[in-house]
Amino acid sequence: MAANPMTQFEVYRIGPEIKLGAFDISFTNASLFMVISSLAILIIFNLGSKKNSMLPDKIQLLSELSYTFVSKMINDTAGSKAKPYFAFIFSLFMFVLFCNMFGMIPYTFTVTSHIIVTFILASFIFIGVTIIGFIKHGFGYLKLFVPSGVPIVLLPLIIIIEIISYLSRPISLSVRLFANMMAGHTMMKVFGGFVVSLGIVGGWLPLSFSVALTGLEILVAFLQAYVFAILTCIYLNDALNLHH
Amino acid sequence: MIKKIFFQSIFFNFFFIKEVFTAETVGMPQLNPEFWISQIFWLTLTFGALYLVLSKIILPKISANLELRKAQIQENIEAAEKQRESSESKLKEYDKIVLKSKLEAKNIFKDARKKILNDINSKKETLDKQINEEIKKAEKEIDVLKKSAPEKINKIAIETSTEIVKKLIGADVNNSSISAIVDDLSKRNGDKYYGN
Repeated sequence: MAANPMTQFEVYRIGPEIKLGAFDISFTNASLFMVISSLAILIIFNLGSKKNSMLPDKIQLLSELSYTFVSKMINDTAGSKAKPYFAFIFSLFMFVLFCNMFGMIPYTFTVTSHIIVTFILASFIFIGVTIIGFIKHGFGYLKLFVPSGVPIVLLPLIIIIEIISYLSRPISLSVRLFANMMAGHTMMKVFGGFVVSLGIVGGWLPLSFSVALTGLEILVAFLQAYVFAILTCIYLNDALNLHH
Repeated sequence: MIKKIFFQSIFFNFFFIKEVFTAETVGMPQLNPEFWISQIFWLTLTFGALYLVLSKIILPKISANLELRKAQIQENIEAAEKQRESSESKLKEYDKIVLKSKLEAKNIFKDARKKILNDINSKKETLDKQINEEIKKAEKEIDVLKKSAPEKINKIAIETSTEIVKKLIGADVNNSSISAIVDDLSKRNGDKYYGN
């Protein structure tokens, strides 16, 4: 009988329990897929950057296209000032993309379907962007909360709304990715369960849904990685080019 | 048999849906904080390592590769541009040469034509002169003949008239009297008979 669709998100220990002081930092299936994703990225891009032929082969083309894709994305949203942060956004995009994509393989674990992972990433981005903003503009960065051309009567309200929206950035960023991945995988599991339970007679409809959902989820996996990266760029743009 | 499977499957389906709803009440494994620290730790470790390797080793290489290729392509484009320019100038030169040779050919043709025309003209002139001379000669001969004609005619007239008189009268007539008559006639009517 179909299993609980949430069991796929369960984290379990692989190997012995490792303790760092009072904290349990055991190697888990989540850690395994983080390592696999990172290694896959490193292997692909290392192969892609090894030799520079005038006519690139497929893997070189792939890595160079990804490079130009991300660099164009950063340049379009955050301008040329964001160039020092290119490597970070590139790794972020690739990490999220590969974690999402590895999650699409059956019986794997989706790292990004865990709120704690996405929240840590998002808070790191949030804190980093805030620090960059204060370094670049000092206390002038607080002008971000004061939009120009607003009547003075409305100003207190607007400032409060702006501050709330600014503070909710890490939450919205992390929940967006986490919820998308979790919902997609749960739905696929549920439809897969329908296929099993309806059997050879009634299972064709949920099976076709399942096929369609797989395509959709691959799209979502890419799209969410892209959205995550581009929102990071937009936040970075706020910190680098203050224009409110 | 098939019916049985169908109903069974529908029954199991309801059973399954129930199971789904019960599963939701169990809760999400994501909210179980048991492995949060482990996940944070491993995320920091893997992502940090990924970032370091990408930013220090791989991305600069890709960037350099791209720059190098761009520069090479730019160079090639420039070289191609130069060659195009040189070929264009050569084409212009070639056109000039063709034009020049055409002009030369025209000149040569003109000269030849002039020469031939001159030749024809001079030959024509000499021919005309010769013809004129011949004509003059002939005219002179005709003149001479014309001048001697009346005397001969007079002679013939005298001879015939003496013969006629002899036949008619049967006696010889003095030649000199007849010639006197003929001379007289020819002097009176000569202009009428000979034109000029």
